[in-house]
Amino acid sequence: MNLTVNGVTHEIDSSPLTPLLDVLREELGITGAKAGCHQGGCGACTVLIDGEPRRSCLMPVGYADGGEIMTVEGLGTLDDLSPIQQAFIHHYAAQCGFCTSGMLLAGQAYIDHGGTDDEEAIQNALAGHVCRCTGYSKIIDAVAATARGDSFDLTETAVGKHTTMATGGAE
Amino acid sequence: MDAATEVYMPGSEEEAIAAFGDGTDIVVVGGGTIVVPEMSYRRLQPAKALMLGRAGMAGIRREGSRVTIGATTRVAELADLPSPLGPCASNVADIEIRAQATVGGNICAGSGNEAPRGDLQGAFLALGATVRSAGAEGVAEESLEDFLPKRRKRLLLDISFDEPAAGAFAGLDRPHTHDYTALAVSGARSADGTIRLAATGAGGSGTRLPSAEAAAADFEAGGQAALGDVTPHDDAIASAWYRTKVLPVLVRRVLTELKESA
Repeated sequence: MNLTVNGVTHEIDSSPLTPLLDVLREELGITGAKAGCHQGGCGACTVLIDGEPRRSCLMPVGYADGGEIMTVEGLGTLDDLSPIQQAFIHHYAAQCGFCTSGMLLAGQAYIDHGGTDDEEAIQNALAGHVCRCTGYSKIIDAVAATARGDSFDLTETAVGKHTTMATGGAE
Repeated sequence: MDAATEVYMPGSEEEAIAAFGDGTDIVVVGGGTIVVPEMSYRRLQPAKALMLGRAGMAGIRREGSRVTIGATTRVAELADLPSPLGPCASNVADIEIRAQATVGGNICAGSGNEAPRGDLQGAFLALGATVRSAGAEGVAEESLEDFLPKRRKRLLLDISFDEPAAGAFAGLDRPHTHDYTALAVSGARSADGTIRLAATGAGGSGTRLPSAEAAAADFEAGGQAALGDVTPHDDAIASAWYRTKVLPVLVRRVLTELKESA
């Protein structure tokens, strides 16, 4: 089987029944997708397959054969963060970070499919994603900001001048 | 994953039927959303696995008022169909899981210990759906009611029904998208006025509510009569007591909605 992950094609030895998550993390050493519950209940393992968000822990790798996989590593780099990554930083939308890669990819897919900053629509798009730090408001703010095309000066964010918290908890 | 599992990935329905054979020791993988975690947690270590994803068994076909839905059609694809099926499908899990889970997998799911599975069973029962399946005695077509007790032993190929004149769905809200629905009721009225009702979550699998159907002219009486058709159970998401209290309410809502769409 062949799997293209973040633009790089890999030959896969695992059984077609192996969850894509295990192939990514254990066979390929790509660890951005997190193994939270390993039973579809938390969303931390979400990746994009041909642009669609999917639970990699539930997806037999045989069904992803020939598909284009994107993990959080394909979203941006430390020097060149994608808009949604910048928004997550600006809005302090990551706390422990375990749910963040899944949230980012589900949010990215929502925006790629024409999603707006409508709060209910964002909640629906992220409904399968659990944040045990309970940072949902900030995560929704960050996705909404990305949908609006807000831009940020992250050097200011670092000292907390423009966060929702610093402006009085607008959420 | 148990390396000893022999995996079949047929490229057509014919190949799938041949690989399934009489169904002995083979686990059918539709989308994988129920079976894959069972295997990850080693609760299930099948000798053989039949992966249907590439067998070309997906799609919704219409011939006149007859709707036929292929086994590997995604649950998400039912969302725009009329009630009760559309609202019932939209109420399953979350965006990612609805887009991966299949109609066949949902109907054939075994009853979970912690929650009722097979969210769509009730809606299809209310529609009077017919299942085409393969297995020990070859390909057969029968009502979903007759098929449900055999669902773990046969390979569902497709399910079909006549579009109802009106449909209705009422389910309990879920505390989180990942919870199964504790209890839901589906209803359909055919062109000749016949009303069919069914519940999901009021027993081991979807259940027809014939007593409620017979008393359907009086919504209150219909709701109470439904209790004679089911054996509500306790599980991790609701008690039998709670299901007993709520079933008449849901039946009443469905009957009201059916009347309003007259």
